[in-house]
Amino acid sequence: MGSISLQDVRKTFGSHVVIPGANLQIEDGSFVVFVGPSGCGKTTLLRMIAGLEDVSSGRILIDGANVVDVPPAKRGLSMVFQSYALYPHMSVRGNIAFGLKMAGLPRPEIDRKVDAAAAILNLTSYLDRKPRELSGGQRQRVAIGRAIVREPKAFLFDEPLSNLDAALRVQMRQEVTRLQRQLKTTAIYVTHDQVEAMTMADRIVVLNAGSIEQYGTPLELYERPANLFVAGFIGSPRMNMIERETEQHQGAATIGIRPEHMTVSRDGAGWSGIVRAAEHLGSDTFLYVDTPDIGSITVRCVGELGLGEGDSVRLRPDPARVHRFDKSGTAMR
Amino acid sequence: MARRTPVAHTITATVAAWIVGFVIFFPILWMVITSFKTELEAFNTPPSFLFFHWTTENYATVQERSNYLHHALNSIIIAGGSTLVAMVIAIPAAWSMAFVPSRRTRDILLWILSTKMMPAVGVLVPIYLIFRDLALLDTRIGLLGILCLSNLPIVVWMLFTYFKEIPKDILEASRMDGATIGRELVYVLTPMAVPGIASTILLNVILAWNEAFWTLNLSTSEAAPLTVFIASYSSPEGLFWAKLSAASTLAIAPILVLGWFTQRQLVRGLTFGAVK
Amino acid sequence: MATQQGRTLGRLMLSPTIILLFIWMIVPLAMTIYFSTLNYNLLNPGMENFAGLDNYYYFLTDPSFLAAFRNTLVLVGSVLAITVVFGILIALLLDQPILGRNVVRLMVIGPFFIMPTVSALVWKNLLMHPVSGLFAWIATSIGLQPIDWFAEAPMLAIILIVSWQWLPFATLILLTALQSLDAEQREAAEMDGARSLSTFLYITLPHLARPITVVILIETIFLLSVFADIFVTTGGGPGLQTTNIAFLIYSQALMHYDVGTASAGGLVAVVIANILAFFLVRIVGRNLEA
Repeated sequence: MGSISLQDVRKTFGSHVVIPGANLQIEDGSFVVFVGPSGCGKTTLLRMIAGLEDVSSGRILIDGANVVDVPPAKRGLSMVFQSYALYPHMSVRGNIAFGLKMAGLPRPEIDRKVDAAAAILNLTSYLDRKPRELSGGQRQRVAIGRAIVREPKAFLFDEPLSNLDAALRVQMRQEVTRLQRQLKTTAIYVTHDQVEAMTMADRIVVLNAGSIEQYGTPLELYERPANLFVAGFIGSPRMNMIERETEQHQGAATIGIRPEHMTVSRDGAGWSGIVRAAEHLGSDTFLYVDTPDIGSITVRCVGELGLGEGDSVRLRPDPARVHRFDKSGTAMR
Repeated sequence: MARRTPVAHTITATVAAWIVGFVIFFPILWMVITSFKTELEAFNTPPSFLFFHWTTENYATVQERSNYLHHALNSIIIAGGSTLVAMVIAIPAAWSMAFVPSRRTRDILLWILSTKMMPAVGVLVPIYLIFRDLALLDTRIGLLGILCLSNLPIVVWMLFTYFKEIPKDILEASRMDGATIGRELVYVLTPMAVPGIASTILLNVILAWNEAFWTLNLSTSEAAPLTVFIASYSSPEGLFWAKLSAASTLAIAPILVLGWFTQRQLVRGLTFGAVK
Repeated sequence: MATQQGRTLGRLMLSPTIILLFIWMIVPLAMTIYFSTLNYNLLNPGMENFAGLDNYYYFLTDPSFLAAFRNTLVLVGSVLAITVVFGILIALLLDQPILGRNVVRLMVIGPFFIMPTVSALVWKNLLMHPVSGLFAWIATSIGLQPIDWFAEAPMLAIILIVSWQWLPFATLILLTALQSLDAEQREAAEMDGARSLSTFLYITLPHLARPITVVILIETIFLLSVFADIFVTTGGGPGLQTTNIAFLIYSQALMHYDVGTASAGGLVAVVIANILAFFLVRIVGRNLEA
């Protein structure tokens, strides 16, 4: 069982308020991603759940029990650190076994569990090596092995993939997700990369300056962002925000339209503009269009259109996909 | 460097460096050579460099006539003992400042540094009188205590800088793995800190072995370490160069060897981490 | 670890060090101040009487103090100059691609690990002896008169010995600092057209400014207390020619048994050292933040 609940959790450093008050309900077995720009408090929140940071006020419940005064060693959680934090003087086996040793399990049982974890992660042939003899990807798997072997109530991941190269990151992303589904353990995963968030999460928590902007499934965040911040954070390239009045506005202060939800043509109806720059990927084309009426617009088209720098174009947004936001930035539904 | 340096450059630099090194090291070399000469040979002009009758008689004499071993033992006890005591006091202190720092930690560290800056001669009088009144003069315990206090700031500082280098998240990982503070210390921190602790021990032994102010002023014979023993050759009778050389070679050899292994630690320790 | 329990534990573990060092500083210092106001001679115990600031007056106006002060300045200044200048040069040399660099390094570092009494006596006898010393032999071989170092140029002799002992320290520190100079900076300078001397003046030397300062400060603090070398070679003489402040205080305390004056002198030494310590603490303090 691994349901986690945050109730009015608040964190201050002296007079500086880092997290004004967080409320969150994480269901047992779900994969929740904390995402947000640097300094938004996602790691702080994770560390408070882990017990590595004190909570200034509020409650953190794990399976219904408030753990705010419980030291990290006793919370029954596992953490995978960004730097992996492997014990350099112990072998891979020693690293993975450490938590079990601390729990006082008998030696044969420890060995059995370590071997099982190593098998899942393809580490069996490395069990006797020291961390310094391993590659980044292998070290990361050892860190994960150390976390899963204790069968914790929940896994906590602190940007574990950010030190890997791009190809490895994609591969590990899938492995982590697969592992979590297989083990059915709750997982909280912190990242600044929204692609990781979108592809891995059951639900995403978008954080901004310590506040939870929205908590929902990836598709919910994409299709129905709650405010300007979430709308601009999720989705790449970034949603186009238009403040100048158009017929799409209908009372809104700002409207948003994603680059992939516009059609482009050389003439006809729509906003007129000149292509400032074009990126041809073969599979997609990104057009950066300057329009006199509404500003700069980014457009994403599938395939190759034969349009380039200097061409004049007409842009038509899909009316069903226009997001409207009021003066305070909240979505108008 | 991906470029080849011109051979001429390497050769000139090598020759120059070896000359400089040889010149600097020469007095030590000369002393060792002299230790293998007879006294007459040692005092002879012109001096002989290699081709003379090599003898080990001085090494034998040094022990027979002047109880070298007694003083060597004193050096070992005083240097080793003061280091041990200093480590016992300093390790917890450095640990607490590195891992549980408070707002005052920085000030405390700098204050500790400043106590090392106090010139020994400034407190020579009271220390001498205290020692005299407490019957600590010429005792190993007395010297051990003074040297311990004298070097404590350096020991604390060195340990602090080494502890600070232990990545905080490895310690946090051990906490997540269920380790209490005690087990964290035993299973994770200490093994990772061993190289730093060893370096600090080495450096402190060297500094205590070579200390030549308190040892000269607070001991005469019973507790006199090698520094004092050698100093007695400053007012000798008769020919003594070869014996002095033998005694000196014996006195410095262990430290020279230790010192060669602790160069990096020396930089860190004596600059209080200002240069690394 | 920032829990209340952790904090209390931390304070407990720190207290022995702080208490010991505090006692080590305060008690002798307090006694020194006290004695410095007394007319106290160990040969006439029980005859002390209050002398106020007389001792300071006598100490500071005594010609021997002025001589000692001058000698101290000369000694410290000369050794600093020699060790820093040659330290830089040798560090630069050792930074070059050299075959057998490790051995050369060991040879250069060696003198620092020799105890001062050994260094001083080896130099005084084996090297500097006017008849049988090596220097004498070198001098006569090239037709010069050998120098009787400790009679004719005792201060110079001491300076040489102490410089030899401290040169490795300066060299090692500066070499370490040199090697931390980013190779890329030098390559950038080269791309910008700088040749060796310019690179040295504009890139290397500024980079060395801080370590040089550290070397100067630390050496000064230790050099002010040079004692053993003087003790085993000249005993401060001939006359007062090689007496520095440290030796002066020693001689007053343990040779003339004049505790009062020696204490006053000791305090003067402490004040001087504290001024220097202030600067060193500032530099180290800045480094702590880094």
